[in-house]
Amino acid sequence: MYLDKKYEDFRKSIREFAECQIEPHAQELDEKAQFPYENMKKVALLGLLGMVVPPEFDGTGIDTLRYAIAVEELSRVCGSTGITVAAHNSLAICPIYLFGNEEQKIKYIPPLAKGEKLGSFGLTEPDAGSDAGGTKTTAVLKGEGYVINGSKCFITNASVAETFVITAVTDKTKGTKGISSFILEKGMKGFTIGKKENKMGLRGSDTATLHFEDLKIPKENLLGKEGEGFKQFMITLDGGRISIGAMALGIAQGALDKALRHAKETIESDKPLIESQAIQFKLADMATQIEAARHLIYHAAYLEDKGLKYVKESAMAKLFASETGRFAAQQAIQIFGENGYSRRFPVERYLRDVKLCEIGEGTSEIQRLVIFRELMK
Amino acid sequence: MDFELTEDQKMIKEAAREFASEKLAPKAQEFDEKEEIPKELYKELAELGYLGMLMPEEYGGSNLDFISYILVMEEFASACAALQISISVHNSLVCDAIYKFGTDEQKKKYLPKLTRGEIIGAYSLTEPQSGTDAGSLKTSAVLKGNQYLLNGTKTFVTNGGIADLFVLFVSTSPEAKSKGISCILVEKGSKGFNIGAKEKKMGLRGSDTREISFEDCLVPRENLIGEENKGFRIAMELLDSGRIGVGAQSVGIAQSALDEALKYSKERVQFGQPICNFQAIQFKLASMATQIEASRLLVHHAAWLKQNNIRSSREASMAKLFASETANYVVNEAVQIHGGYGYMKEYAVERYFRDARVTEIYEGTSEAQRMVISRDLLK
Repeated sequence: MYLDKKYEDFRKSIREFAECQIEPHAQELDEKAQFPYENMKKVALLGLLGMVVPPEFDGTGIDTLRYAIAVEELSRVCGSTGITVAAHNSLAICPIYLFGNEEQKIKYIPPLAKGEKLGSFGLTEPDAGSDAGGTKTTAVLKGEGYVINGSKCFITNASVAETFVITAVTDKTKGTKGISSFILEKGMKGFTIGKKENKMGLRGSDTATLHFEDLKIPKENLLGKEGEGFKQFMITLDGGRISIGAMALGIAQGALDKALRHAKETIESDKPLIESQAIQFKLADMATQIEAARHLIYHAAYLEDKGLKYVKESAMAKLFASETGRFAAQQAIQIFGENGYSRRFPVERYLRDVKLCEIGEGTSEIQRLVIFRELMK
Repeated sequence: MDFELTEDQKMIKEAAREFASEKLAPKAQEFDEKEEIPKELYKELAELGYLGMLMPEEYGGSNLDFISYILVMEEFASACAALQISISVHNSLVCDAIYKFGTDEQKKKYLPKLTRGEIIGAYSLTEPQSGTDAGSLKTSAVLKGNQYLLNGTKTFVTNGGIADLFVLFVSTSPEAKSKGISCILVEKGSKGFNIGAKEKKMGLRGSDTREISFEDCLVPRENLIGEENKGFRIAMELLDSGRIGVGAQSVGIAQSALDEALKYSKERVQFGQPICNFQAIQFKLASMATQIEASRLLVHHAAWLKQNNIRSSREASMAKLFASETANYVVNEAVQIHGGYGYMKEYAVERYFRDARVTEIYEGTSEAQRMVISRDLLK
């Protein structure tokens, strides 16, 4: 895909950084299920932890297209690093920036944007996955503050974050209009983090549960107004989809690059593997799907940057890119043969990592529902 | 890369959509059944400038940019793919071949007539034994004094029966294979030039497809387009834009199939409710729309590259491959959503299903596209 030079230059700089600084550690992070603290320090120096906010909040304020390219290039070598950066930017900083008041923004965003603290977003609950309207966690206004009870699960960055945005029901009678968002800080009394999940992929990324037991927070930690939580996270997720799509796109590209190199270098039956049409066609299909996914992601990013409606487009981009990611990773393993199934090569990690993209931030099924609803409008 | 259309491009698209829905869509089924598109329609198209879309005004053309041309193709294909392919060949293969590679005399002689619709163009590369392996074509042209002597057979020639002027690829140095191919213009009515019977096709039945043959047919030397033995490059370059055109055709057919399926799913009641209430149908529609969106972006991007003279073989192949496979997937789902009715000719999806099939075959099969793409990946 042809992009303006400024974007290609940006990609080149992130790619070089990612290949030199991130990729060498990717396998170890995966094997040890170790959070990429060192990577976070490095990406913070590049401003990649404050991509979605302007310099006045210590961010880099780059456009969504560059943001997508950054997540793509990080994920191309390490999905765990990609999702950590994506969740921090799109899910923690974005809602505070979009819906917070000046005081909240000034208080919470700069440390996040500078990477002094990491952020996390708590929406999913044991009984409220795709049906996020089924949130059970409650927040009851008592005197000068809210008392929160409940729990959240599968929360990215849970045990490493210090700033959290979470949702809770403030008015049971109002359904989705009775959900509100709150900002929490690590260490608040009654706020505990559960055991780290043992996952199939993205093992370097931190995932855990959040528990709230008579957690008392001041009124000023309400994000926006009461009852706006559902609307807020729908908007947050629209943007988040671009970053998860970009992550899938990056993994897909990584799988293609590795498979292409392997096919050129491997000799099978006295000739390079790449000379077999069966292999050529797999590579052609992977490249074509990836090209299409890239167009969808960048187009959705472009629409967001222009302030245009992009609900349908970001759902399509996320759906298509994540399915492409899985397809590309599977094909890459196939091209590698038994080597692909071995942990000596990264393509099996790519498949485990990318699977999450079809589930997180709205499953593929939810994306199809969103798209269908938009078609009916 | 700019994702947004200019005001001019939007206007051209809108005008094409209007024309297509008023003049083409209502007739598409009739063209399909009669296997014919009336001559008068070409006159009307010429008056509106649709037969010289890419040509400059000095030759009577409408001087559209390539993106605009692709937008028109998409709109026309969504109404009637048979008519669209016919004028696509005329515009992007015939007019463009003469304009880009022809001599001044050839341009003056043929382009104004082509853009005014006084003559219709056809393009012929494929032979009975030479399809994807285009370099192996056998139709021979031997120079005898100031004339070429043509012998051989060409097949699947779009516009074969309605064209007056043929852009033909012939072998001038058989030993040199693809480096011995030349491009030459042949007029209908030349002695020894026979036009065969109309092919009976699965789809695009309104478009006239024939075999043509040459038996000691003499063609003046000045009809050669470009240099002798340099024709293969011309064929390949024209195919790049042809592929983007087929991509646009695929997007057009797919979009119409989706629109029809969506409409039908709201009207059709089963189990006491419209079938669009069922998730099985909803998910089909969502997947169809997603694939179409991706196809359209690929096609527009390839067109944008072409327009900006950026090398685009890989992107054109990707756009064509992806869009044509999408079209076939989408028409199949559209028929499925229509159930038994989708199998009947009263519903347009039956025609879309047949029309879409060839997009995976002509202007390079899907397999040929994958060859182009994988070769490019290796660079």
